[in-house]
Amino acid sequence: MAMAGLSSSSSEMDLDRPILEDYISTDSIQRIPQTLHLRELLDISPTLTEAAGAIIDDSFTRCFKSNPPEPWNWNVYLFPLWCLGVVVRYGILFPLRLAVFIAGWIVFFLTFFPVHFLLPSSNKWRHKMERILVEMMCSVFVASWTGVIKYHGPQPSMRPHQVFVANHTSMIDFIILEQTTAFAVIMQKHPGWVGFIQTAILESLGSIWFNRTESKDREVVARKLREHVQGPDNNPLLIFPEGTCVNNQYTVMFKKGAFELGCAVCPVAIKYNKIFVDAFWNSKKQSFSMHLFRLMTSWAVVCDVWFLEPQYLKPGETPIEFAERVRDMISVRAGLKKVPWDGYLKYFRPSPKLTEQKQKIFADSVLRRLEEK
Amino acid sequence: MGNASSTLTQYDIEEVQEHCNYLFSQQEIVALYERFCQLDRNAKGFISADEFLSIPEFSLNPLSQRLLKMVDGLNFKDFVAFLSAFSAKASLQHKIELIFKVYDIDGKGQVTFKDLLEVLRDLTGSFMSEEQREHVLVWVLEEAGYTRNSSILLDDFVKVLSSPGLKMEVEVPVD
Repeated sequence: MAMAGLSSSSSEMDLDRPILEDYISTDSIQRIPQTLHLRELLDISPTLTEAAGAIIDDSFTRCFKSNPPEPWNWNVYLFPLWCLGVVVRYGILFPLRLAVFIAGWIVFFLTFFPVHFLLPSSNKWRHKMERILVEMMCSVFVASWTGVIKYHGPQPSMRPHQVFVANHTSMIDFIILEQTTAFAVIMQKHPGWVGFIQTAILESLGSIWFNRTESKDREVVARKLREHVQGPDNNPLLIFPEGTCVNNQYTVMFKKGAFELGCAVCPVAIKYNKIFVDAFWNSKKQSFSMHLFRLMTSWAVVCDVWFLEPQYLKPGETPIEFAERVRDMISVRAGLKKVPWDGYLKYFRPSPKLTEQKQKIFADSVLRRLEEK
Repeated sequence: MGNASSTLTQYDIEEVQEHCNYLFSQQEIVALYERFCQLDRNAKGFISADEFLSIPEFSLNPLSQRLLKMVDGLNFKDFVAFLSAFSAKASLQHKIELIFKVYDIDGKGQVTFKDLLEVLRDLTGSFMSEEQREHVLVWVLEEAGYTRNSSILLDDFVKVLSSPGLKMEVEVPVD
């Protein structure tokens, strides 16, 4: 039975987790012995079973498993067809798409940078142009993978006191949503050309950066989020509360940051159709460039995006409960399974508090038996 | 990662199956191989301690450090052999042997008071004092006819744990 994860740094982070009793399973811990003999102390089989169970299969690692498509090209007529497909994809589609992509970037740079640098930042027309250009550039991106995206539900509107939350599979989630609405995002700053784009372009939309490795960062970011949501001219804010890319079959726990801003939370559910391509970006296994290359050499990226009804904090509901409620809505809509783990466990070890809990239960039972002797 | 099943030939599967005394079916071995490849991030041929610790459920197990010494750096064949103790088909003797090896982590062939104390410390952490732990151990040892200075052998483990038996099984999920 999986247990709720904790981010491993300051005690402030502990406030992030939902009620542990909902997830902890008492039958998974060391059996509480009725009597105390040598046998009860030597029999460590429950603990070993749990460890072996975790080695063989665990609900956290499952969230980040890329699912390579099964090879189907194993006979006389399918194999040549597949080869033909490869030729078409790499030899015809890819160069065409790359051409479109490059052309799009050129047009974008030629129009964006003059607007960005020549007009003062107070100019409303400049912001409008920047938004339109970013939306256009994202459409170019989507075209470069032959994206077939079905949007369901009302288009996001430009007004304050709302924040959008979505499940996260890859950085292309952002591009797909940005195509129709110029959101401001909160993202981890990346190195390389992606970082350059983040600084040069996304900042103009009002984006906010965070740094996973800095614990003090949280307060600063929380303040910036609050300020952004209040400004009437700011672009709507898009947040991925999972904090990391997950493989589009599961959702990990939502961080409560987006849910304690005192405004409406508009859930967005994104589901990719795996038949065409596995859109999960396994950032530990491939760079973003490789990921884009894979997308550009596939047939299409097909996905559904659902804009769900805006939600408000219910009276008596904590932000964490609110986050779980919204995660539930998104998971149900996109057909994803929920797991009770914190996405940050991809980068940090679980808090020792969880191990201590197990130790305490066993120690208490032994001490109790000792007293009764 | 690639297609795991295509890099594992029928010969490989049979070799691994033989090495673990047929305690796993061929499908289970294929499933375990996929898992092994998933955990072994850069296809080194073994799983490092760090990669085991990236499994949150394993990391928070009180005996994780002790187990790491047993599984760190194992190749796939030995990985399967280690896990075969958890198969439903494994004998009670096999399971007890694994428990013995966890206690006797340095492979002396006997379990000393120090080993018992170490495991108990892992299981109880800071919630029992060292004195309390020693007290409990001495008490149960003497009750069973041993002393603090006794060296406990595998046969002793078998004697103590055989009745009413052990339940130590994990199912390998097969697609």
